[in-house]
Amino acid sequence: MSTTDDDLRVPPALRGVGGWFDDRFHGARGMRVLMRKVFPDHWSFMLGEIALWSFVILLLTGTWLALFFVPSMNPTVYHGSYAKLDGLTMSEAYASTLRISFDIRGGLLIRQIHHWAADLFMVAIMAHMLRVFFTGAYRKPREVNWLIGIALFMLGMLEGLFGYSLPDDQLSGAGLRIFEGVLQGIPIVGTYTAFFLFGGPFPGTSIVPRMYIIHVLLFPGLILALVTAHLFIMFHQKHTQMPALGNTEKNVVGQPFWPYFLLKGQAWFFFIFGGLVVLATFAQINPIWLYGPYSPLNISSASQPDWYMGILEGSLRIMPAWEIDFLGHTLTLSVFIPFAVPLGIIFGGAALWPFFEQWATGDRTEHNVNDRPRNAPVRTGVGVAAVCFYGVLWAEGANDVLADKFQIPLYTITWIARIAVFVVPIGAYFVTKRICLGLQRKDTELLTHGVEIGIIRQLPSGEFIEEARPLEDDERAIVASKKLPPALPLPGQTDDNGVPAPGSRGVAGWARSVANRAFAETVVLPEGHADGHNGHGGITAHEPAPAGIGHGPTTTPEESAAEPPHEEE
Amino acid sequence: MSETEEPRRRVIGTPSSEPAALDRVVSERGQEIDAVAVLPSDPENLGHAKRIERIVALCFILAFFAGVGFIAAYVGIEVGPSAPAHTDLVDEAFRSNLALGLSLAVALLAIGTGSMLWVRHLTPNIEVVEHRHALRSDPEDRAKFEEFFTKGAQVSQVTKRPLLRRTMLLATAPLALAPLVLLRDLGPLPEDSLRVTAWRKGLRAVVFGTNRPLTPADISIPGSMITVIPEGYAGDDDALAKSGVILIKFAPGQLQVPTVYNGKTQLYGMNWTVDNIVAYSKICTHVGCPVALYEQTTHHILCPCHQSTFDAAHGAKVIFGPAARPLPQLPMGTDADGYLVALSDFTQPVGPSFWERG
Amino acid sequence: MSSIIARRRHPAAGYAAVAGGLVVAGVLYSVLSGGGASAAAPANASTSIAEGKSLFIQSCSTCHGLDAQGTSQAPSLVGAGAAAVDFQMSTGRMPAKEIGAENPRKPTDFTKTQIYDIAGWIASLGGGPAIPSASQVSTAGANTALGYELFNTNCAQCHGFAGAGGALTYGKYAPALSAANATQIYEAMLTGPEAMPVFGDGTITPAEKRDIIAYVINTRTEPNPGGLSLGRTGPVTEGLVAWLGGLGFLVLIAMWLTAKRRDRRIESEQE
Repeated sequence: MSTTDDDLRVPPALRGVGGWFDDRFHGARGMRVLMRKVFPDHWSFMLGEIALWSFVILLLTGTWLALFFVPSMNPTVYHGSYAKLDGLTMSEAYASTLRISFDIRGGLLIRQIHHWAADLFMVAIMAHMLRVFFTGAYRKPREVNWLIGIALFMLGMLEGLFGYSLPDDQLSGAGLRIFEGVLQGIPIVGTYTAFFLFGGPFPGTSIVPRMYIIHVLLFPGLILALVTAHLFIMFHQKHTQMPALGNTEKNVVGQPFWPYFLLKGQAWFFFIFGGLVVLATFAQINPIWLYGPYSPLNISSASQPDWYMGILEGSLRIMPAWEIDFLGHTLTLSVFIPFAVPLGIIFGGAALWPFFEQWATGDRTEHNVNDRPRNAPVRTGVGVAAVCFYGVLWAEGANDVLADKFQIPLYTITWIARIAVFVVPIGAYFVTKRICLGLQRKDTELLTHGVEIGIIRQLPSGEFIEEARPLEDDERAIVASKKLPPALPLPGQTDDNGVPAPGSRGVAGWARSVANRAFAETVVLPEGHADGHNGHGGITAHEPAPAGIGHGPTTTPEESAAEPPHEEE
Repeated sequence: MSETEEPRRRVIGTPSSEPAALDRVVSERGQEIDAVAVLPSDPENLGHAKRIERIVALCFILAFFAGVGFIAAYVGIEVGPSAPAHTDLVDEAFRSNLALGLSLAVALLAIGTGSMLWVRHLTPNIEVVEHRHALRSDPEDRAKFEEFFTKGAQVSQVTKRPLLRRTMLLATAPLALAPLVLLRDLGPLPEDSLRVTAWRKGLRAVVFGTNRPLTPADISIPGSMITVIPEGYAGDDDALAKSGVILIKFAPGQLQVPTVYNGKTQLYGMNWTVDNIVAYSKICTHVGCPVALYEQTTHHILCPCHQSTFDAAHGAKVIFGPAARPLPQLPMGTDADGYLVALSDFTQPVGPSFWERG
Repeated sequence: MSSIIARRRHPAAGYAAVAGGLVVAGVLYSVLSGGGASAAAPANASTSIAEGKSLFIQSCSTCHGLDAQGTSQAPSLVGAGAAAVDFQMSTGRMPAKEIGAENPRKPTDFTKTQIYDIAGWIASLGGGPAIPSASQVSTAGANTALGYELFNTNCAQCHGFAGAGGALTYGKYAPALSAANATQIYEAMLTGPEAMPVFGDGTITPAEKRDIIAYVINTRTEPNPGGLSLGRTGPVTEGLVAWLGGLGFLVLIAMWLTAKRRDRRIESEQE
């Protein structure tokens, strides 16, 4: 190192300000603790930040838009710059949106940044959620943060729905009509809910002002509060880390927030903002002047909501007709099932998953090191199945666009989707699980035989073999990072006194053991690299063992370095 | 390992099997030193850093000019009423968007690139290990909290005086309900609103958009379709959302609306058509989109929202899709002047189903 | 030539060979496929009905019958009118190359005079809507706001809010409105080709038709102020761009931002 250490005192002006605050807030130690917190470095850890910065950009652009938007459904005759619609009667909300787009400098740009940021916000939430799920980062102690995240997802969906419905254009108005029709179909309280929300029959004149205040005040406040809690919890519990050499459950390896993650966060913010501005400049979004103002008697082909509502749209399209007479009342299952079931499965399943996994595996230990997805085949399989379920419904939501662009008959797409929505997730679960186990087997090969290095040698007998080198320490740490899931006692298995274990009795106990056996299916790591199991590379169900807790890798660097390049026989 | 191959990685607080000492480096004097404080201040390769610094500076200078360009574009390109006369205002909006967006994007991406290069190349490449303290509190802390909490509850008397507790809950119960009660006036009760539309006996059907009344001769070509509304309701979206109707003209012999009764109430019939012109509600019975795609070759009415399909030649019965009920038929006749009029309102609720529909 | 051979092992040689092959194939295709050029011959004031009949027998009667009375393959054209003939033939939909769900627009092999002759003969059989004159389809002074309202109520559900087209049932589709000229749009409304409903002059008057045509032409020539139009099909393509463009770009940046650093060391800088 050729530098001398600089004087480690701050300039007097800064010390003055800092001192002023410290006099009042006792901040010195607390700030230091916060600012020196270590954050691990992995690209997939930055997905949540995309959502964070997109939200900040939404707040900034949204505030600017709110200075010009008029949230009123009162009719007005248009005489603005968009001459094609001159003389048309439209709502003030729509007219003010036209004005923002064509008569205010930067208006169209800010509108488009706002809408792209909303789409990207939801994209990032979903990508982040999938990352957290597939790495098992929702496990103890982070279950509450996971639930907060799901709440943010739901709030984000509604926030976006209300936001793009504010301009009262033909496309979003059709979406509101569908929303009202769905509400109306809810048993018992449906018509009241619809009339109370819309202030009377559809469309009324109340919905835009009401959505407006929910969209600019209520939901952003809730989202802001939950995001703050989400970040505080993450700061307090420290971020998880990927398996690597030197990463243990009791440490976090990375770089401190001050200055590294502050600088990275700054770079990331500007890239996200810049990316959004690129989209807003070159990719037109929500061209409300082409849709025209809303009329309840008009509709366009290819009417879809924004992408994150696509699953609901697809559910409505995929459902066959089904309405039953229930004690003299009409229960319209054509509408109610699509409304409640798919999102109920996705959100309910996601919310319950951490607790289900704990129940099924009996694993209540703290986890700060992420799993490689292959090392948790059931979790990864269920996650892929959920993604397929979501994806089939999402694609069905665009079925008329698919039919038109790919020249497939319309009803055929719906029939394919009706079958695929059941078959594809189930098939995906099994295929994914097998792929995970196959990758685990490959890891075992790597541990025992090393990495093939691309040099082919011919043996005197004429055979060709590929040379391999043993894994480096850091590679080995990653490959051998699998934790064996603890085994639960089988139903009927009793201890020395003949008492069966609690939680293993009855139907619940049987269900638990079935789940446990699925979770416990794994490829055993080779001898010396796990907790002492015999067997070499085969798939075994984990035998019920008294100790029951899997260990991490116990190999030492000397052991692996001593292995020569392995020759295949 | 040659020095040019592997990245030099200084690890402060090297992980050993000793978890307790990870984020503390104990100096000779036995004092705790913050791991961050013993970081090197500069990156390893200062020549490289200097080169990168110049590139970062260039990025920031580019951002400066782009930012100035943004302001210039804002000032220089007028849109809307302030734009020079005879400009195509849509084109002007395009130019303004492009100029503002491009300059802003360049500025932001340049700052981002500069910041990225800065943090990646101008800072020392280090890794810090921080110890994770157990999240679970010590048993003594837990016990103390429990004692403190229980003692406080006892001091407050709440645990010892059930009358107090119960009346307190009683007092707060109606106040908790008050916010819900306050929501009652959000809207009127539905009552009959979903069962009636604006159509009445003798009300003329006029073309939506032009308000022209129609005679059967106006829709004389088989395969014709037009959207009509009750006369006089042109600006009333609440009425239109229920009252929109599509008229379809058939060739002789093709229209076969079955006669359907619900108890004593007629729902469908050929006697409600005029000269092979039939009137169906335009509000889809699924969730209320205007159902408007009429294919004259198949006589199918397709709703574009969720693909509910109705057979217009046979009473709009459902042949595909999630709608569970056919489109209601509006009884049509002609008045003294020969214009198409409704004979009455719809005899069943139009639009999406609801619980009370029965 | 030898300089090409000498560079045959150049890293870019493979790409150059593929690119050259593509260029050759493209040139050959465009030379051999032959465009369907229809000479823009002015329509004669007196169309030849006899000529039209003989053209019809030559090109159309196999499906439509010798007297245009229709067969199992194609409907009767008696009463269809000259406008329908002009629409179907000038857009190249007729003569249909194959019986499918729908006849797509394609270049036509007939001249305008020939189409008018056939149209005249069909009109002589049973009347029907006439070909509109130039003034009938002129959009001068049209009210695009009313055109917008009528288009959105009667046309957008099939053709899309901006005329980008849309799917119908059983493989049919409403085509995009990018290629039709004013006459063809007028004729389509008037005659209701294939699955399209009829919008006679009684329901949508000629003036209102002109308003709709003005709206359609205005919309399709209008620039997209927000950037690329992404197909003018709405949120489906927007969502694709958000995932692939937005997230894809950012994931690549994230990988760059968090990649392992390689501080390069130059020999002379070693201490």
